[in-house]
Amino acid sequence: MSLIEKIFALAAGKKNLRFMEVCGTHTVAIFRAGIRNILPSNVELVSGPGCPVCVTNDDFIDKAVAYAKISGTIIATFGDMLKVPGSFSNLAEESAAGADVRVIYSPLDCIKIAAENPDKRVIFLAVGFETTAPTAAATILSAQKLGLTNLYFLSAQKLVPPALKMLLADSAVKVDGFLLPGHVAVVTGTKIFEFLKIPAVVAGFEPEEILLALINLLRQIDEGRAEVCNEYKSVVKAEGNISAQKILAQVYETVDAQWRGLGTIPNSGLRVRDEFADFDIEKVLPLEVKSVKKNTACRCGEVLRGICKPTDCKLFGKACQPLHAVGPCMISVEGVCAAWYKYGGFKFE
Amino acid sequence: MCLAFPAKVVDIKESLATVERAGVKRSASLMLLPEAKVGDYVLVHAGFAMQIIDEEELKLRDALIAEMNGAPRTVFSL
Repeated sequence: MSLIEKIFALAAGKKNLRFMEVCGTHTVAIFRAGIRNILPSNVELVSGPGCPVCVTNDDFIDKAVAYAKISGTIIATFGDMLKVPGSFSNLAEESAAGADVRVIYSPLDCIKIAAENPDKRVIFLAVGFETTAPTAAATILSAQKLGLTNLYFLSAQKLVPPALKMLLADSAVKVDGFLLPGHVAVVTGTKIFEFLKIPAVVAGFEPEEILLALINLLRQIDEGRAEVCNEYKSVVKAEGNISAQKILAQVYETVDAQWRGLGTIPNSGLRVRDEFADFDIEKVLPLEVKSVKKNTACRCGEVLRGICKPTDCKLFGKACQPLHAVGPCMISVEGVCAAWYKYGGFKFE
Repeated sequence: MCLAFPAKVVDIKESLATVERAGVKRSASLMLLPEAKVGDYVLVHAGFAMQIIDEEELKLRDALIAEMNGAPRTVFSL
């Protein structure tokens, strides 16, 4: 029996089931492989707040733009942050207007930029979940060891488990199981998700790995179980990557954080500890920025919680398209709306 | 964002490894994975090795991907 036949056999006769994937890379992989189109009609995949770019708040971009405008500053960032809208501007516009904004692949690239530009202030925009946060922490430790004094971090890193907890407590969010983010689990391990008490499976990113995870979810529902299972055993261990967790805890402490569209989630963000304050641009050079709440019809907040589909938004595919996006879900390549737009074949069912 | 790829460690100098995948070589920091050795397959994300990959699992995965690309069926265990 093929994987998809197993899914049909397990789903037959069951109520409508909604599974949420909480990873932007899963969202894209599911669309690219066309998995949504081959599933039984009573199995629906919805996307959660799994794209760190999409959940980054306006005021973070406003701060980054404000720093970019100060002369002698180099902003280093992952490429998908460039077009995320702030209240008035974004980093791509600032770059066009003359700001020095550089796209990097690894946080370690910042060390090279800082060493080559000793008379400039290099600010790395540290966004990401548990997968990426340890790489920023390790970069701070490296910079400290090298004695660099011109490298700083503007942090908006976030943690996945507190967001899942909030989603489960939200009565508008109805999910029967989670596809857990594979590369977050590489760092955190699987035990940290055991509080969920609904079926949850750590999944890999190839299409067949996602199908295996769906079979696991359906089996759990079939047998009345609610466990955290691991279908990405090649790299995910129950305890995770202890070295990465230690480095993360050494450099960062948890704080309440603002998520775009979701509001404030307790203990879901990371802040550089006081011992490393020399690397925290908000402590070294505090800036006040005025953020403006925008009134648009954008429904990213509901899309990120799986409450509505991108196509339920009036702007989708019309005023909001990848080249002139209104909300971040359309900007990031891993955003839910961008995936619907790119892989929807202009049918947008 | 979390674009990670599997690669083989072919050289290590202090905490910096050279990793290779399909003939392409890159450097990757071992700060988050100090236990990695030459010959290990590792998952690389944002310039850092994040975890050692179980070689058997990786072979199984590559075989499944080959099947999806039209190779004859070789995986019967799933």
